[in-house]
Amino acid sequence: MAEKVSSRSVLFNPFSKNNPVIVQILGICSVLAVTAKLEPAIVMGLSVIVVLAFSNVIISLIRNTIPVNIRIIVQLVVVAGLVVIVSQLLQAYAYDVSKQLSVFIGLIITNCILMGRLEAFAMANKPWPSFLDGIGNGIGYAMILIITGFFRELLGSGTLLGFQVVPDAFYEAGYVNNGLMILPPMALIVVACIIWVHRSYNKDLQEQ
Amino acid sequence: MNKQSNTYTLIYIIILVVVTGAALAFTSISLKDRQQANADADKMRQILASVKIYPASDAIISDYNKYVVESYAVNDEGQHIDGVDAFGVNVAQEIKKADSSRELPVYVCRTADGALKYILPMYGAGLWGPIWGYVSLDADGSTVYGAYFAHQGETPGLGAEIEKPAFSDQFAGKQLFKNGEFMPIAVVKAGQKPQGDEDYVDGVSGGTITSKGVGAMIDNCLKPYARFLESVRANSQK
Repeated sequence: MAEKVSSRSVLFNPFSKNNPVIVQILGICSVLAVTAKLEPAIVMGLSVIVVLAFSNVIISLIRNTIPVNIRIIVQLVVVAGLVVIVSQLLQAYAYDVSKQLSVFIGLIITNCILMGRLEAFAMANKPWPSFLDGIGNGIGYAMILIITGFFRELLGSGTLLGFQVVPDAFYEAGYVNNGLMILPPMALIVVACIIWVHRSYNKDLQEQ
Repeated sequence: MNKQSNTYTLIYIIILVVVTGAALAFTSISLKDRQQANADADKMRQILASVKIYPASDAIISDYNKYVVESYAVNDEGQHIDGVDAFGVNVAQEIKKADSSRELPVYVCRTADGALKYILPMYGAGLWGPIWGYVSLDADGSTVYGAYFAHQGETPGLGAEIEKPAFSDQFAGKQLFKNGEFMPIAVVKAGQKPQGDEDYVDGVSGGTITSKGVGAMIDNCLKPYARFLESVRANSQK
């Protein structure tokens, strides 16, 4: 990214036009794993925002010192360190949430969005734009997670954040929760539907 | 300085790893006490949940000290083992040992209405990872008063349903002793019955392997208590 980009577009582009999940199709694996319920989806989204923003800043600060041939390793070490710290902090201050997310926090390390942003943006930009880029992409990711989690929990369990929202009268009338919604394949289908809706509004993103 | 030279690369990566390592070590050490306190409080919450006491998160420790009047470890002969901190016994390690060398924790709880309950911990394997729980027994050592189950990573909506009251409430009132013989409660598919005449509960539909894991866990973890519970039962009938 040689050309000068405004802070505003750095922050807001990843929300829609350059969304990491539904346009760049990155980080799909974690969307499968944590979106069966809404709450873990929200916490996972927040954790990714934090890790992405800080790893972007750190890499951006040391970008001119990193030897080119080991840059991926350096990025991985920084991300892995931050993820472990976040996981430790959650265990100390938000124990219930850390129990719920268990292994998924550790799996942030393997989230392609992180490596993608570090390699594509933080390695070539100053710390402040990198920070905004991390926040923007993190929010873009979290949004998709939350939308997916919303539909999967609503249709799969009839609850939202653990509270029942589908009235009992529906069940008495023969309504049944869609068990398929809870299984991982439905995350892909829900994400695909989001992409479909998104592209029909943004015609310039449609492939010929 | 040549940033592409091998020396630079080597020194760079050494410094990076040392700095990261120091940061991680510092985080781990400075948060350790807090994490351990959280883990202990969470264990207390689970123990209390098996006797249907659900304290607010800031009252867990005081409620635990109030209701759990005694805790000790027994062996499979039902005798007390001296000098063992029952709360600190790692059940996950104990279940790997032979029955005769296990330390079996017992938490004695006196509920608000003055009734005596015995709480026994369990640990086993579900489909994706460990499952564990606590079962509380009435003073007769046979009737189940309540049960609590938890898991690490069972499928939400399927195997993970074992942690819901809809599953654990089924255990209340079941008997561990049938015709004077010790028989752990079986977990079967809804609508089926076990081969023996032990008491049973319905497993979670769609969570067959997790349900089987719960059954195996109850079997494996409660059997060593048979002698202890027999003596509890004998005492209560006096």
